[in-house]
Amino acid sequence: MQAPAPTDTTSPLPAIEARRVTKIFGEGDDAFQALDAVSLSIRENEFFTLLGPSGCGKTTLLRLIAGFEQPSAGHILLEGKNISNLPPYKRPVNTVFQSYALFPHLTVAQNIAFGLQRLGKPKAEVADTVERMLRLVKMEHLKDRRTSNISGGQQQRVALARALAPRPRVLLLDEPLSALDLKLRKEMQIELKRLQGETGITFIFVTHDQEEALTMSDRIAVMSEGKVLQVGGPREIYDRPADRFVASFIGDTNFLPAQVISTAGPRARLAVCGVEISAALPEGVEGPALTMALRPEQLRLEAAGAAGALQGVLKDTVYFGTDTHFHITLTDGTPLIARVQNARTAEHAFRVGEPIGARPQADALQALHD
Amino acid sequence: MARPSLRTRSPEEQAARSARIRASWLLSTPALILLTFAAFGPLLIVLAYSFVAPGEYSGVVWELSGQGWFEVLFTRDIFDDTVSLAQAHLSIFWRSASLSLLTTLITLIFGFPTAYFIATRPERQRPLWLFLITIPFWTNLLIRTFAIMEVIRNEGIVNTVLLNLGIIDQPLQMLYTYGSVLLGMAYVYLPLMVLPIYASMERFDFRLVEAGYDLYASRLDILRLIVLPIVKPGIVAGSILVFVPSLGAYVTPRVLGGGNNMMLGNLIELQFGQGRNWPLGAALSITLLIIVACALVFYVRAANREDPHG
Amino acid sequence: MADRTFEVRRLPGMAAIAITCFVILYAPIVTLVVYSFNAGSSVALWEGLSLRWYAVAWDNVAVQEAAIRSLVVAASAAAIATVLATLAALGTTRTGPFPGRMTIYTLINQPLMVPEIVTAVALLIFFAMIKVATGYTGLAYLIAAHAAFCVPFAYLPIRARLEGMDLSLERAAADLYATPFATFRHITLPLMAPGIVAGAMLAFVISLDDVVITEFVKSAGQDTLPTYMLGQLRRAISPEVNAISTALLALTVLLLTAFFFLNRKRN
Repeated sequence: MQAPAPTDTTSPLPAIEARRVTKIFGEGDDAFQALDAVSLSIRENEFFTLLGPSGCGKTTLLRLIAGFEQPSAGHILLEGKNISNLPPYKRPVNTVFQSYALFPHLTVAQNIAFGLQRLGKPKAEVADTVERMLRLVKMEHLKDRRTSNISGGQQQRVALARALAPRPRVLLLDEPLSALDLKLRKEMQIELKRLQGETGITFIFVTHDQEEALTMSDRIAVMSEGKVLQVGGPREIYDRPADRFVASFIGDTNFLPAQVISTAGPRARLAVCGVEISAALPEGVEGPALTMALRPEQLRLEAAGAAGALQGVLKDTVYFGTDTHFHITLTDGTPLIARVQNARTAEHAFRVGEPIGARPQADALQALHD
Repeated sequence: MARPSLRTRSPEEQAARSARIRASWLLSTPALILLTFAAFGPLLIVLAYSFVAPGEYSGVVWELSGQGWFEVLFTRDIFDDTVSLAQAHLSIFWRSASLSLLTTLITLIFGFPTAYFIATRPERQRPLWLFLITIPFWTNLLIRTFAIMEVIRNEGIVNTVLLNLGIIDQPLQMLYTYGSVLLGMAYVYLPLMVLPIYASMERFDFRLVEAGYDLYASRLDILRLIVLPIVKPGIVAGSILVFVPSLGAYVTPRVLGGGNNMMLGNLIELQFGQGRNWPLGAALSITLLIIVACALVFYVRAANREDPHG
Repeated sequence: MADRTFEVRRLPGMAAIAITCFVILYAPIVTLVVYSFNAGSSVALWEGLSLRWYAVAWDNVAVQEAAIRSLVVAASAAAIATVLATLAALGTTRTGPFPGRMTIYTLINQPLMVPEIVTAVALLIFFAMIKVATGYTGLAYLIAAHAAFCVPFAYLPIRARLEGMDLSLERAAADLYATPFATFRHITLPLMAPGIVAGAMLAFVISLDDVVITEFVKSAGQDTLPTYMLGQLRRAISPEVNAISTALLALTVLLLTAFFFLNRKRN
């Protein structure tokens, strides 16, 4: 079910390229390595997301691209040119800050005009662009307000308009939705997607929210402890996590121990909790002992005893409204969670404390790198 | 956490870093130059002066001498050259120390409740009460000392009222006594005690008091076991802020103490005025400086111990 | 609060001592102000309302000169101290931690730590040397000394203002193509202005109030109002000093009130 990765045919040069970028803060014993030889290539017009828990280095990478910090080693390239030694004000890259960083002593319109004025654009052009930007983010009616007197969602729009106004080659967004409440956040996710489509500007979006990353991005880079663990489209990241961290960070996952019985090309026959299952082996993953990832919703529950299904005892059921979680202990002691959508008509027939079978969907088991 | 793996940093990072540091120092330099010439630089000259011989009328003779430091504590009889302790100096040291400690104690006794009172006012009233404390704080010290003098003089309002009421038949001599200096110092330094205690009290979480009462504490227990330990950094800061200038006080003892209640500051002044013993004055200045430095070091240590997170 | 019979914040005696404290703080000052308007020459017997002593002080040439000198010194010292403190505050807050920052803090705050009498003695000696060497005995010594001890007072509110200012505002300006100078002119300076005004006012008040350092640094005939008053206290006291004190007090209260409201608006 893997979505084909978008192929690189439109532009020969990536919008942003990081070449073995390392960043170390501090000196000596206090030194902290925020990025460890990160290499990434971000295509033009792409909605690219850096996803990871706090402290994984995603914001540091963004600040290096913006020019607020310099890499300790490696290079940042913008459309093939090394920009590592350019100050932020000479880079055609704009940022939407997590705190928005709107100038409190200026009005909405003055904030949006700021970058254009610094670039020395003629007055008429500045006024024209500001008007266009205000329309784009639907803030025409508040253009003469001070930015401290508007709501969080409105501040967010102004920050976007201000960063888009100079038409940067790349727009950097540092967790821009984290300060908004859930409903507004959902709206802004759609809004951001629309703006990216309308402007055709490359977006680099930083977030720790996996759902946000999955719904908005063309491609995602999952980061942890200063390293990029996996780069790919949302489907690829979700369905084919490369390692244990990616599998557990994105969505819920069961981890099952498996033994390789035999291999045939890219596929292998595995013994998982006493059940023989066929699965694809990604490159570099070798037996005899493996860890398999299995998404809770890719299981079907059935009566105990049927061949090809994982066998265990139902320990608990937890009702979640849309679905129900079944906590099962397999015969070898491994815990397993199965998620089943609740149907309006029928209640399930499984009793806590009784044996139960769980059948993985075809190719649902994913072998992980260690 | 990954251990840094680099030996050398990129030239861009190094250039940005050194530009940052250079800008910081460049911007601070003008202020540092002024302070070097008109504040701490001359202190080194004072140190040098404490080690040379006094000139005949004033100033110094440039030859190495321990005379200044010797005279801080000792005196040599002009006739028979016997060495004895300088009683006059010792009594001035004792007076300075006792006045400073008592001033600190009195301002603490009055200052703590005042800070507590302000901190427990409704939030909107607090700036106003605080403002009432800051007005005397910023008012000219001389004017405040002078105001106290007016009140307690023989012809002042206290004596006049008492005389008119027939309680006394001749004015009480309140001015130019140990007590008048103590009163004046406590009066002028009181705001210095209130402000830091208030600063730590302001952040005090009164839910802790509720928790204390909930756990059967009496009012005294609340004060002793909850409030005092938590605002202790403010109390220590206030005590230092009062003690240090008290020790170096000059105006208040001069105006309210007359000639018989000199403190260290007045003794120093005397050496550069009538006494004409600049090396002794320099040695006394350095002595005062060292005592103050010790008090400050004690304070910094205490503050660090109190607040392991800051 | 639902239960009004048990107020958790109340500790017995605290309010009584605090009120006593405020009374003690203000009673002498109020007395001084009131008797500056006394028609008679007593500071205890009230003989009627009059501006007599203000007229006496106003017509006193020595007072006039001292007042002008006080204002000239305070204004110059405050201006110098504010400019230097502003630069230093920018240097110590806008560029992140760097080696030597603690040293700069300590040096700038040094006048707050060294007893005034010691600084006064040190300046007396140092300036005496320069006076002998150059022959110049003008007001520059007083202005330099005042500017120096005013630096920390100007520095503190400016630094506090800058530290309360989000660094990402300046980053945002740089991100929007503002050069370092443009960032300073359009973003940093307008936002730090209240801190600069506050710092300048504090420096002015501090300079205006100084007695000890002025007393030691001034050359002959360079009395400021406070040292003039100190000299007068040696002689028989007349309510003229009350009048001068009240005028100075009024100026201080005026500046502090302005400072208070400036602060309030910011919050």
